[in-house]
Amino acid sequence: MARILETRRLTPVTKYFRIEAPLIAAAARPGQFVMLRVREGGERIPITIADYDRAAGTLTIVVQEVGATTRRVCALEAGEEILDVAGPLGGHIEIPPGGHVCGIGGGFGSAALLCLMRELSARGDRTTAILGARTKELLILADELRPLCRNVEVCTDDGSAGFKGFVTQRLAQLIAGDGPGRPDHVVAIGPMAMMRAVADATREAKVKTLVSMDPLMVDGTGMCGGCRVTVGGKARFACVDGPCFDAHEVDFDVAMRRNKQYVREEKQAFERVACMAARESR
Amino acid sequence: MPVKRAEKTPMPVRDAHERAHDFREVNRGYTVFHAVFEAERCLRCQEPVCVDGCPVQIPIPEFIHAVAIGDMAAAAKILRSANPLPAICGRVCPQESQCEAECSMTKNFDPVGIGHLERYVADWERTQPPAVQAKLTRAEKIAVIGSGPSGLVCAGELARLGYPVTIYEALHAPGGVLRYGIPEFRLPKAVLDWEIGLLKAMGVEIVCNVIIGKTLTLDELFEKHGYSAVFIGTGAGLPQFLGIPGENLNGVMSANEFLTRINLMRAYEFPEADTPVRVGKRVAVIGAGNTAMDAVRTSLRMGAEEAMIVYRRSEKEMGARIEEYHHALEEGVKFHWLTNPLEILGNAEGWATGLKCQRMQLGPKDASGRARPIPIEGSELELPVDNVVLAIGTTPNPLLTRTTSGLLTNQKGCLVADEQTGLTSKSLVFAGGDAVTGAATVILAAGAGKRAAQAMHEALAARVS
Ligand SMILES: Cc1cc2nc3c(=O)[nH]c(=O)nc-3n(C[C@H](O)[C@H](O)[C@H](O)COP(=O)(O)OP(=O)(O)OC[C@H]3O[C@@H](n4cnc5c(N)ncnc54)[C@H](O)[C@@H]3O)c2cc1C
Ligand SMILES: Cc1cc2nc3c(=O)[nH]c(=O)nc-3n(C[C@H](O)[C@H](O)[C@H](O)COP(=O)(O)OP(=O)(O)OC[C@H]3O[C@@H](n4cnc5c(N)ncnc54)[C@H](O)[C@@H]3O)c2cc1C
Ligand code: SF4
Ligand code: FES
Repeated sequence: MARILETRRLTPVTKYFRIEAPLIAAAARPGQFVMLRVREGGERIPITIADYDRAAGTLTIVVQEVGATTRRVCALEAGEEILDVAGPLGGHIEIPPGGHVCGIGGGFGSAALLCLMRELSARGDRTTAILGARTKELLILADELRPLCRNVEVCTDDGSAGFKGFVTQRLAQLIAGDGPGRPDHVVAIGPMAMMRAVADATREAKVKTLVSMDPLMVDGTGMCGGCRVTVGGKARFACVDGPCFDAHEVDFDVAMRRNKQYVREEKQAFERVACMAARESR
Repeated sequence: MPVKRAEKTPMPVRDAHERAHDFREVNRGYTVFHAVFEAERCLRCQEPVCVDGCPVQIPIPEFIHAVAIGDMAAAAKILRSANPLPAICGRVCPQESQCEAECSMTKNFDPVGIGHLERYVADWERTQPPAVQAKLTRAEKIAVIGSGPSGLVCAGELARLGYPVTIYEALHAPGGVLRYGIPEFRLPKAVLDWEIGLLKAMGVEIVCNVIIGKTLTLDELFEKHGYSAVFIGTGAGLPQFLGIPGENLNGVMSANEFLTRINLMRAYEFPEADTPVRVGKRVAVIGAGNTAMDAVRTSLRMGAEEAMIVYRRSEKEMGARIEEYHHALEEGVKFHWLTNPLEILGNAEGWATGLKCQRMQLGPKDASGRARPIPIEGSELELPVDNVVLAIGTTPNPLLTRTTSGLLTNQKGCLVADEQTGLTSKSLVFAGGDAVTGAATVILAAGAGKRAAQAMHEALAARVS
């Protein structure tokens, strides 16, 4: 059980939570995730640790409503409890110190940059965050990230804020020397299509790139193998060997196909929750 | 006096056609009449060889005699003195290769139904008010990592000795394989929950959602949380894959994933429960151990029209309990013996559609002591399938050992531990069960947990004096 201390709607579909989880906060490192469950009979879903405060014993997570379980999570408010929270799981992000690190966040992925950028800036790395969204209203956490990194670059598809275009276009400009300049390391966290585009953008330029893979998971502890992704031609378990892998080694085609295995059932579950919510509000 | 009867009293079972479509238990269990009738067959041998066949040396003739005279309370007490999980072991032990293999009757007749009687007595016990209470008299706290049979038994024994014990479990519910692996139709969760209830009544604390090595390190258990000794019963939960082409196709999964979705996450109740599992018309399960048998019978219950076992060796080398094999046959499972999978074939959308295999023949014995399967040239065949479930073995999960210094493992990733005491390479850290032996059995795990508890008690006592 983890008590929710604070919640905030970031966009119509994303919600910020600060929860009480002292053991996990004490052990967490950037890039790791927790498994959570919100009700008896509920599924276990992986959620990235966005930030942690060891002294206060709290974790920050940001959840985007895409289906039944995330919708149930986002219905929770401060004072309520999350039934199960287990972690920190997976390995943490390791980047050699002293370089220019560019973190790229799309959707809920921007959240994971919070603790990463704080840690890297604190040890003296040059840090840039590139945040992308379709439009201004969907951008998240830019203000929270500003004090944590040297540069924050904002991109929107429609130009309603910052750079007009995709994060990858802005990244290409940086690689070419614009603004804060060519990064030594890129970490991309967000939708699979975005991470693949980043991988393509940095491959030729030979910029070392990590992506945080988000396959379907069941246990998150290495017990089922459902989270396997193909990296460098080999099957790896994202929950123990990842979730971050060398972007240029990841087989995105297989990963994207595997993530669609349960679309039919997910839709059924989502419609059920939506229907129940509608009934309740009547 | 023993009554001569050649045949074992059959276990009452549910109709194969009915049971193959639901998750309720297959075996109905003996009634008191069956039990007394069967117990009367025991010869009460001077040298009860059955006891040598039992990994925890249950005083078998004594408990069976108590059943024969109708004293179930005495029988239960004798059973429990040696085996802390009798209701579970009575259901899942491979009796045919343990106690019943040794039984003197086996030479000429059926062995005494020791397993069925064990189950009967333990189920009788569950109808009685539990006779335990917490008496925590010791100051030293002990941590147990993992809540499979080894951890549960170790914790129970330590609590009996008066120690405050905390079990840390990585998942959201305790039980290990008994919870996520062995299906309801073979081991009802109510049986497991009853045992766990007993432990709690004895004062054992169970903390779920804590992964030792991640949430807390082993060293922190000693240094920050004040435990005086630790037992590791983390099992062998890491599934192996074949490494053949097509393993990443949709519809292909490990038996652990398949069974976890269904048992732990209750996919059979989808959409009331949130976790789905997709079971097609034809399911092929690779392997022939207990896990494979559970997976293949589960797929029938999830609606598969054709469920088959594909195994590269023959019926003789099969690892599953004989009873499960018979039940699987009755339920209509098909068996492709001496058939080795080469490749999983898929369609344009990336879903599995077929299993390309090769026929095998048996050659000389290999390192495992079983006949080595040798491919027959030109014998390739293709089985149409919608799902492939891999039940080809598991190895210990490296989560804990990766983050703990000074904890020795062998080449297979198993913890190095003293066979008798379970002591590992770290002082006051003990281990047992599948984490030490590799995938084995419930009773071996339970026995190891029990021996380790005694050794921990002695080690702590020695430290004090
Ligand atoms: C390591 C890791 C970290 C994650 N961190 C976060 C996070 O910080 N915040 C957050 O909101 N989500 C995160 N996710 C994704 C999150 O786990 C899924 O969105 C969630 O499981 C969906 O559950 P659901 O029942 O709401 O939706 P479902 O009904 O399961 O799915 C609804 C739709 O989302 C798609 N989908 C489901 N799972 C995923 C996935 N893993 N990746 C991409 N698409 C998916 C489905 O194809 C479907 O179209 C993370 C995933 C992983 C593996
Ligand atoms: C499908 C299936 C069917 C089987 N059928 C039979 C049968 O019929 N008869 C029989 O005798 N045997 C059977 N077995 C084998 C038997 O179940 C195992 O040998 C036995 O459960 C091993 O017990 P254990 O205590 O060593 O570990 P497990 O039962 O594996 O339990 C280990 C527990 O530790 C937890 N854990 C792991 N790492 C950590 C960590 N770092 N921190 C906290 N917790 C952790 C795990 O989540 C798990 O709950 C079967 C196995 C399977 C998979
Ligand atoms: S060996 Fe068989 S007959 Fe002899 S005591 Fe044991 S169960 Fe009874
Ligand atoms: S989620 Fe089960 S092994 Fe990774």
